[in-house]
This record gives sequence, C-alpha cells and structure tokens, in this order.
Amino acid sequence: MDYTFNFAELLNYKSEMLEGLVTTILLTVFTTVLGCLLGTLGAAARAGKTTWLSRVVGLYVELVRNTPFIVQLFFIFFGLPSLGIKLSAMEAGLLAMVINLGAYSTEIIRAGIEATPKGLVEAAKTLGLTRVQIFTRVVLPPAIARIYPALTSQCIIVMLGSAVLSQISVEELTFAANFIQSRNFLSFETYFVITLLYLVIAIGMRQIFKLIGYVAFPNLRAR
Amino acid sequence: MYQFTDWDILRNLLLAARWTVVLSLIAFVGGSIVGLILTFIQTSGNKVAQRLIRIYVELFQGTPLLMQLFLVFFGLSLFGFDVSEWTAASFALILFSSAFLFEIWRGCIESIPKGQWEASRCLGLSYYEIMRHIILPQALRVSIPPTVGFSVQIVKGTALASIIGFVELTKAGTMLNNATFEPFKVFGMVALIYFLLCYPLSVASRKLENKLNVAR
Repeated sequence: MDYTFNFAELLNYKSEMLEGLVTTILLTVFTTVLGCLLGTLGAAARAGKTTWLSRVVGLYVELVRNTPFIVQLFFIFFGLPSLGIKLSAMEAGLLAMVINLGAYSTEIIRAGIEATPKGLVEAAKTLGLTRVQIFTRVVLPPAIARIYPALTSQCIIVMLGSAVLSQISVEELTFAANFIQSRNFLSFETYFVITLLYLVIAIGMRQIFKLIGYVAFPNLRAR
Repeated sequence: MYQFTDWDILRNLLLAARWTVVLSLIAFVGGSIVGLILTFIQTSGNKVAQRLIRIYVELFQGTPLLMQLFLVFFGLSLFGFDVSEWTAASFALILFSSAFLFEIWRGCIESIPKGQWEASRCLGLSYYEIMRHIILPQALRVSIPPTVGFSVQIVKGTALASIIGFVELTKAGTMLNNATFEPFKVFGMVALIYFLLCYPLSVASRKLENKLNVAR
C-alpha cells in the first residue's frame, strides 16, 4: 500500500462539516420528540380493545417495520407529489424519520404497557379515575420507565438512519461528506472523519439519554 | 420510446429482488460465521480480545451502515483491491451483521446461569465440552427468535447497497422510476416486495418466541 493519508486537507471544510452536523442533530432532536409522541399515541390506540383504529395502527407498524427506510423515504419524497402533496427534501426527510420512529416506538411502548400489572389499572378504576387519567398518570409513566433503554437505542438507530437523507439532497452530515469528497477526492479520509462524527453523536446521545433517565426515573437509579 | 406496462415494472423488480435475496443470504451466512467466531473468542475469557471485540461492536453499532459501505468501498481500493459493488456490499454487510449477531448471541450465552459453567468445571469438563453439551443446546433455543428477527434488519440493510451502485430491488426501483416517471406505483411495488420478503420472517420470529416461552 503506497498511499499517504491526507487528513489535514479536510480542515478546509470545517464549516461544511459543522453545518451538516448541526442539521443532523436538529433532525434527530425533532424526530426523537415527534416520533416518541407518535409512538405514545399509537401505543394508546393499540392498548385497548381491538377496534378499527388499533387495526390501522397495527398495519402501519408492520408496514414500516418490514420495509427499508430508504424505500419509505423515496416513497414519501418522490411518490407523494403525484398525489398532490409537495414536500421539500427537508420536510420529506423529517416526515419519513418521524413515521419510522413512530412505528418502532409504538411497538416498544406497547410492550411496556402490556407489562402493566392488572391490579394497578383496577385500583385506579376503583379510585374513580377516568380512562384518560388512568392511561396518562397510572399506566404510561411506569411503562415508559420500563422500556426506556429500548426506546433510546431505537432513537439512536433512527439517527444513524438519517444518513440516507443525503440521497434526497437533505444537507446533513452524509451530504456534507459526499460534497467534500467530490471536491478533494479524498474519499476515504472524508468518510472516515464523518463516520467518527456519527460515532460521537451516537455516544453523546447515549450519555444524554442516561442523564435524562437518571433525572426522570429516580426509582430506577439503584440499577 | 419504449412504454413500460405494469407487468414490465413488476417483472423487472422481481428479477432485481433475486439479488436482494442473494445479498441477504451472503450477509447472513457470512455474518453468522464471523459472529460465531467472535462469540467463541468472547466466551473463552481473554480480556484483551474481549476489549477489542467491544470496540468492534461499538464501531459497527454506533455508525451508519451507509458510512460503513462507503468506507469499505473506498477503503479497500486504497489497499490495491479492485472492489466491485458485490465485494464492497457483501463485505460491509457481513461485518455489520456479525457485530449485531455477536451481541445477540453473547446475550443468549450470558443468559445461561453462571453456576452451570462452574458446575461443569467442577465435573472436569473442558471448555469445548461445556460449550458442546451444556451451554450451546440451551443458548441455541433462546437465540433463534432474535436471530430470525435480525434477518429482517439484514434484508432491509441490503437496500443501502443501491447507493454504491449495486443493482438490487431499491436500485431497480430508482432506475424504473427514472424511466417511467411513476414513483408512486414503482416505489409502492418496491415496498410491497420488501414487505413480502420481511413480514414472514417477522411473524416467524414472533411465533418462535411465543412457542419457546411456553416451553419454559
């Protein structure tokens, strides 16, 4: 191997990398919040008796979980305009990520809800709480605490999946990598550095989630 | 200009789906072999090796599969290999799957109570004998549902190979879309074919899990 690595050259593209980094992080933050919200609603619809709504949600979950993210993205970005729904690349990308995380988090949160002891709900009913109160105050908090680790790793997986958004020209981190390597032809060095940046985001997210979990679920601290 | 009928689109997509299946099989079999080797190294108890494996898993689980594909694609050529899309996609997907399969299997082996290892040692069994007769028969049962479940991730992962120019289902979809300008139909069909490939695996994984839970 007579190739000399040239990482110094990449310093000229600091601003592009930073912009991509910020976009990826913003996308991730919005996706995490909206996706988990969607997942909670989905899980609520799935938790009760089998109705048409829970069937529809079930179909949504299965469809999303059994098709690749990139196909979902292409379907939303290229396919929806033919139905008259025009989205910018950024909007389509965010929508695809939220829909994706929504499906996975529906399934995860549902698993947490199903593990709720029956007596808990019965006790809440006896106390005269309404169905909404039971769900939001009694069932949901411990359910979230139970599945918190699974939920957070799914958020990280979706963040990593956002690399695909570069394919519909969302200017995130991978887009920056493609741009930089098309300028300086240092493809390996560029992708190597960008990959490390993703690793940093992933590790950073894990630490932040740990911190949030520590504050939000004090009764689980012993573990 | 040639007109594509719906049948033409579907036929071409199904032809391309073959390569999705082949690539998935390569990734699964290759990933299993590498993952199995890693699992054995892990359980044999070498501290340095365990730390290296930890880093390996961390690297592959903490970075996008797309980046891994790019790095393999551009990285291998630096070492003087002439990489085709086939080699790059297979190589990257094998490494990716091995990291995840290793994590699954490590968990399964660790779920076997430690006392069984100790008891077997006391009985004078060798590492090989303990694995062969005590640990693996139990761990194997537990490991089947999550392994089948992960195969869905592999099938979906192969879609990213389209980005480095590997002509499989997704790439065929984009090519057909460029020729027909009917993205809704084309990507709808692509999604449907992926669904038909993945859904049976998902169902099988769930069924197996329920079945094994009852048995315990």
